[in-house]
Amino acid sequence: MKTFQLTRATDSAQAIATAAEATTAQQGAEIRFIGGGTTLIDLMKLNVEQPQKLVDINRLPLDKIEALPDGGLTIGAVVRNSDLAYHPLVRKNYAVLSEAILSGASAQLRNMATTAGNLLQRTRCMYFRETSMPCNKREPGTGCSAITGANRGLAILGTSEHCIATNPSDMNVAMAALEATIHVRGTKGERSIPIADFHVLPGKTPQRETVLEPGDLITHVTLPPSAPGSRSLYLKLRDRASYEFALASAAVVVTVANGKVTRARIALGGVGTKPWRSTEAESELTGQPATEDVFRKAADVALRGAKPQSENGFKVELAKRCLVHALKLATQTA
Amino acid sequence: MDNESDLKPVVSAAEGNDSVHVKLKINGKDYALDIDPRVTLLDALRERLQLTGSKKGCDHGQCGACTVHINGRRVNSCLCFAAMHEGDEITTLEGIGQPENLHPVQAAFVACDAYQCGYCTPGQIMSAVALLKEPCGREDADVKEFMSGNICRCGAYPNIVAAIQSVRQNVKPQKAG
Repeated sequence: MKTFQLTRATDSAQAIATAAEATTAQQGAEIRFIGGGTTLIDLMKLNVEQPQKLVDINRLPLDKIEALPDGGLTIGAVVRNSDLAYHPLVRKNYAVLSEAILSGASAQLRNMATTAGNLLQRTRCMYFRETSMPCNKREPGTGCSAITGANRGLAILGTSEHCIATNPSDMNVAMAALEATIHVRGTKGERSIPIADFHVLPGKTPQRETVLEPGDLITHVTLPPSAPGSRSLYLKLRDRASYEFALASAAVVVTVANGKVTRARIALGGVGTKPWRSTEAESELTGQPATEDVFRKAADVALRGAKPQSENGFKVELAKRCLVHALKLATQTA
Repeated sequence: MDNESDLKPVVSAAEGNDSVHVKLKINGKDYALDIDPRVTLLDALRERLQLTGSKKGCDHGQCGACTVHINGRRVNSCLCFAAMHEGDEITTLEGIGQPENLHPVQAAFVACDAYQCGYCTPGQIMSAVALLKEPCGREDADVKEFMSGNICRCGAYPNIVAAIQSVRQNVKPQKAG
């Protein structure tokens, strides 16, 4: 690990001004905010991340979960994953979010990991984590080892010829289906970013994963009120029953009236280079009977653009079945 | 404040001097030490304070052997910088029980033969003690899910679950199977 200066932020303005001195907020950032450290310290030990300065944001007053007047919810940036997953309002109104978080990592890591940190969780692609191997995300222009290498766990949606790394987060998938908004304070003030616009596709610049710029501090995330009569759930398929990343997962928020789907929000995990919202699948479902045939058609639509690699072709069918099963579970009558 | 953009390093390596001054509260005792900012809580415990109950397995938050409690919650101490934990209440295996005064979870591990080589056992016990206060369901399957962050390469899992359940159910510890 490279040595660094550790500072502790006592107010957001200080933290932002300090971080704004970096040339990038993306891969290679010289200055990093540190929350739970579960991703960052891991990658610093691997020399994948080599910040010269860390700004500890754990003492900033960004640790609250509160109901909003409109019926929504606001979640502070340093709220721990376990606190979010077990919060009564989350369990009651946003079951998909609670289930997604509890399906990820371990109890210890969930006690450490923060909301904002999880939004910025880095890929588990082994070539990204191994500095002796070429990787366009870690070192732009060196090539993608995964396309011709071990790619069983990697993405089939949103890939480019430069990068096929999967976004590994479960929380992000639920946040995408819940249409979360990410609130950022930066050197130019505050702005709100819909989660659909927060993560960017790898394209020719896989080192850029989000729209964040130097100095941008995620302060909180808001969720809109849960849709009346909707049911939500998270279904995760993986190589072992616990403490494993998704091969495919589905977050669904669906409302059924008189046997027909009146509203659906669909996002897939484990298969995309970003949390994969499928508005196409949502359109396919809306107004249709809540039957397996309809769910299957929606799943076909969601995976229409899939581009399998040498080892992960199975993910296309796996993701479809995952989504179909999630929709069946979410729409079955009690 | 003179200049908001000047964040003063609370702890930093001064030029020509790699160490920083840190105060830690561990098992109710205060410790002051000079460490490199890169030192993890796990390394500070083991290498500087001779609190070797916490073990280093993977050093990447994947095995759970380093599990300690910070402010009553279990965490992976290998993924914590020691210098970030001034003011926190840190509890290690040494603070849970001692040979002449075992914690009920430790006694249950002995009674249930819940280990083989014993290397993962401190982390298992720290997780199990934390689990007693977490919203874990009643079934063995619930315990397995809550304990999945602690790997045992000897495969002592059935007896680990039995030990934890015996404490939760307040019954005489018995080996699994």
